[in-house]
Amino acid sequence: MSDNLVRQDRLIDEFSFKKRISRLFSSWEFILFLTLVGIFILFSFISPYFMDYFNLMNASLSFAEKSILALSMIFVILSGDIDISVASILALSSFAMGNASVKGAGSGTLVIIGLATGLAAGIVNGFLVTKIKIPSIAVTLATLSIFRGISQAILRDNAYTHYPLKFAYFGQGYIGNSVIPFEFVFFLVLAVLMGFILHKTTYGRKLYAIGNSASASRFSGINVDRIRFINFAVNGLFAGIAAVLLTSRIGSTRPNIATGWELEAITLVVLGGVAITGGKGNIFGVVIASLLVGYLKFGMALVNLSAKVMVITTGALLITAVLVPMLLEIAKAKQKLRSQRSELKLERKAS
Amino acid sequence: MKKILSILLVLSLITVAVFANGGSDKAAADDGQYKMVLLVKSLGNGFFEACDDGAQQAVAELGNMEVVYMGPSQSTAEGQIEIIETLIAQKVDAIAISANDRDALIPVTKKAMAAGIKVISWDSGINIGGRIIDLAPSNAEFIGRQQYQLIAELTGNKGQIGILSATSQATNQNEWIKWMYEEAKKPEYADMEIVEVVYGDDASDKSYREAVGLFSKYPDLAGIISPTTIGVLAGAKAIEDEGLQGKVQLTGLGLPSEMQHYIEDGTCVQMALWNPVDLGYTATYICEALITGKITGAEGEMIPAGRMGEIPVGADGSAVMGAPFVFNKSNVAKFAAIF
Repeated sequence: MSDNLVRQDRLIDEFSFKKRISRLFSSWEFILFLTLVGIFILFSFISPYFMDYFNLMNASLSFAEKSILALSMIFVILSGDIDISVASILALSSFAMGNASVKGAGSGTLVIIGLATGLAAGIVNGFLVTKIKIPSIAVTLATLSIFRGISQAILRDNAYTHYPLKFAYFGQGYIGNSVIPFEFVFFLVLAVLMGFILHKTTYGRKLYAIGNSASASRFSGINVDRIRFINFAVNGLFAGIAAVLLTSRIGSTRPNIATGWELEAITLVVLGGVAITGGKGNIFGVVIASLLVGYLKFGMALVNLSAKVMVITTGALLITAVLVPMLLEIAKAKQKLRSQRSELKLERKAS
Repeated sequence: MKKILSILLVLSLITVAVFANGGSDKAAADDGQYKMVLLVKSLGNGFFEACDDGAQQAVAELGNMEVVYMGPSQSTAEGQIEIIETLIAQKVDAIAISANDRDALIPVTKKAMAAGIKVISWDSGINIGGRIIDLAPSNAEFIGRQQYQLIAELTGNKGQIGILSATSQATNQNEWIKWMYEEAKKPEYADMEIVEVVYGDDASDKSYREAVGLFSKYPDLAGIISPTTIGVLAGAKAIEDEGLQGKVQLTGLGLPSEMQHYIEDGTCVQMALWNPVDLGYTATYICEALITGKITGAEGEMIPAGRMGEIPVGADGSAVMGAPFVFNKSNVAKFAAIF
């Protein structure tokens, strides 16, 4: 009798617990947004150059590509996988474009080559993960070395530096005669597109289901491996997009291009409130996190903080983002245990 | 729980504010001071920190400059571009860059120059169009002639000299060796001759064997010049192993950290390489001259560079600091700690 009661209690408790957690996560974006506003207020006080329309727009060039990587990374992480090879895919894709450019390819062809290389690399990852059934961390750890290794082996200490003039628009161009960089607008467009897929389509709903329990999803008829495969392919494609933008912006391909960006993209996703274990999170958090990290770095650079301090600050933010919800969950669970125990005691006394 | 999160985030913001105040103190102090940024390939590199020491020496002498040392956490062009973007926003007066990529920085440095910032490159240059002046630590003529002078000092201007180079196609070394032959034509070296150039391919084992080969082929060999860091190290080891210290002299281009032992025990009494302190020092002088309008970067102008003397601006804004710095017993320990 008492056993049943406890079970019911637990059910009710878990239900409200989930509700509370979901409330916490829906508010996480709000807190991020407040922090973003705080950063703007703070830096407009300490640097006369921060609150400048031109500067703010221009600064978006420094984070747009990494944020684009984060957009598709959300899908991978939501479904419980990880892809640490994106920066290497970017390097490979940039290498392919550089190689084609030397042979006289035009801007349009270069874009197609860049995107196709990214997509192909993503498909390789997806194939190894879903068909050969190797865990994604192992697969992408290997391809992280391989994809960049290819360009390192061929380019060595050299660089491809000759790109068509028109190709510069993607990374260096502005919308019309405004000071709004093309890259920034492109990032926002992609964010809306990915947000729509994630939150308004069944594909998006399935991602959450897979992230919460892959086997339960399988039993309910979701083709889990197909979705995971598509995630990796799209992630590769987005790395290709970032490669086009970055290569166009700096007009040069070196084997060390975009070193370490995979971690920065994952940072944005996690800071944006997406659970690293999958199943939780949304696109707004990641977009706000992108702006937050981008402008925090910009502001810190404006007051001449060393790159080391910036890295540490981003790290601290990340730990806050991951640790705090975890600590709260632990505290919750303890509290629940305590209340259950006292209830049991009461019951015993009553009986 | 919202409270806890907000408190933590506010705390992290305060941390930033505290750090940032340190930064703005500097900004407040710059009344009438020209602000220059020494932008290096990456942080945490002793070579570049020594460059900054040199820049600060120049700051102390000039009195109207403030130099901030900056660099990305990883040595990539992207990291440097991000920093340059914010320097454009801050409207600093000059940026002196050791570039991670000769070409990738050009779009952003052009933007900086369009905003009125004086941009120069040093150590590792930016291509023409992306900077006003490119400061090279040395050039082929300075290096080649100096290498020959160094060995002549050690052998007393006489004897057979062998050259232990890198690969036979190495552009740098071949150019330097050409100038060694040029220097050897001078009358004071009448009793000296270059007997052979051998190639160690910048591999330790091959360089070592080639050095030993020279000893057996020329029993009267007086000295070896090895204008490559790997070669000079292998040469020193070969001389030591064969017990030829004092009989065969050695000089070359070497890293103080690798050669300290051989310089201190007399196997290689003196050698040369660029000095990072002088590089940072000269870069600062060049920026000051550009900001104050003493020079514009046109060919033929003379840059006043303090203790480094006057440096001429060559074609396409190229400038050469001078002959490499000579390392010997008296200074090698100090530099060995740096690079």
